[in-house]
Amino acid sequence: MKLADLAKLLDAQFVTGADQAEREVSRAFAADLLSDVLAMVQEEGVLLITGMITPQVVRVAEVMNMGAVLFVRGKLPPQATVEYATGATIPLLATQQDMYETCGILYRAGLLPAKRKGFPLGNAFPHAGHP
Amino acid sequence: MPSPTRVIHKRIYEVAPRDLERAGTVSTAVRRELLALGMTPDIVRRASIICFEGEMNMVLYSKGGRIILLVRDDRVELLFSDRGPGIADIDLASQPGYSTAPDWARELGFGAGFGINNMEQNSDLFKIRSRVGEGTVVRATILLGVPFL
Amino acid sequence: MELRQVIAAIGLTALVGADLAREVRDGYCSDLLSDVLAHAKAGDLWITHQRHLNVIAVAKLRDVAGIVFPRRLRPSPDVVARAQAEGVNLLLAEGTAFEVAGKLYRVLHP
Repeated sequence: MKLADLAKLLDAQFVTGADQAEREVSRAFAADLLSDVLAMVQEEGVLLITGMITPQVVRVAEVMNMGAVLFVRGKLPPQATVEYATGATIPLLATQQDMYETCGILYRAGLLPAKRKGFPLGNAFPHAGHP
Repeated sequence: MPSPTRVIHKRIYEVAPRDLERAGTVSTAVRRELLALGMTPDIVRRASIICFEGEMNMVLYSKGGRIILLVRDDRVELLFSDRGPGIADIDLASQPGYSTAPDWARELGFGAGFGINNMEQNSDLFKIRSRVGEGTVVRATILLGVPFL
Repeated sequence: MELRQVIAAIGLTALVGADLAREVRDGYCSDLLSDVLAHAKAGDLWITHQRHLNVIAVAKLRDVAGIVFPRRLRPSPDVVARAQAEGVNLLLAEGTAFEVAGKLYRVLHP
């Protein structure tokens, strides 16, 4: 899905990277906890849907080589974060919609969920050990 | 034992405790170093994730420390060493979902309890040693040319 | 729509089925407890990665229809026990939060 189409569906604004409106995001992942993003996303070019606006969000998006970050719940990142994202060429978008509606609208429009990571997560009580 | 391999590249980064403004910048720097060295996307990605988790742990919970990036002929190593307070039960702390994070860390988007486990899952070799009152040392190694999963 | 119908429609597993006849108003997706406290509405099905014991208290306070843990992230036994004691529905989903929210939205907003 093109960022421009996504912005239209959600009435979202480009915070930075409007020049990359034609960029495609392959799939989407929604989370507020960045450790979940680090632990669960495997592919590159994924759209991150989040309500977190700390500088770490864009750094995580950069190291994970994500396609764009979409801030939900009407939150806007501070100027320093925007400047950093501009330098790292990661488009940032913002919508007034909440995370649930955002996911619903994009899923209905055909955006696919990011694929599962290959290793088991979270079910081990206690931790089964590592080969 | 194979002979020690040649160090191609070495970088040392200081990590200040509770410096949330800069937290994550060592990881983005490590990523850029590895990209500049021509590492494959998979290696860069795994090293970046390991570094991010280690860096956040250090910023959120430790009294500060350093991260060393060592690139050798056959491996990438990330060494984390902090000045305390140390982890009492490493096995417990490594369990996915186990977390002692205070609410403020959770509200920042960290502290879900995947940190150490995620570092280990992205490493080929992983060693962690800790002594309460002294500090924690982690060595995470990615072997070049070894397929991941 | 009743929770049991939602469970069937989007393929959830009930871990604690305290009240499966509960009416689901809509969905809410968030990992920030303060945000849920401020914005979730009674009858929302709450999708979250948080598995901290505090989620049960938040669920009770907002009177949500239940909590869905994506990716089969299983909460610890003390969370399950608290949910049983407090009568909070806990559900497990196979997919990610994005997928669960997407499917729920599609069912409730056809």
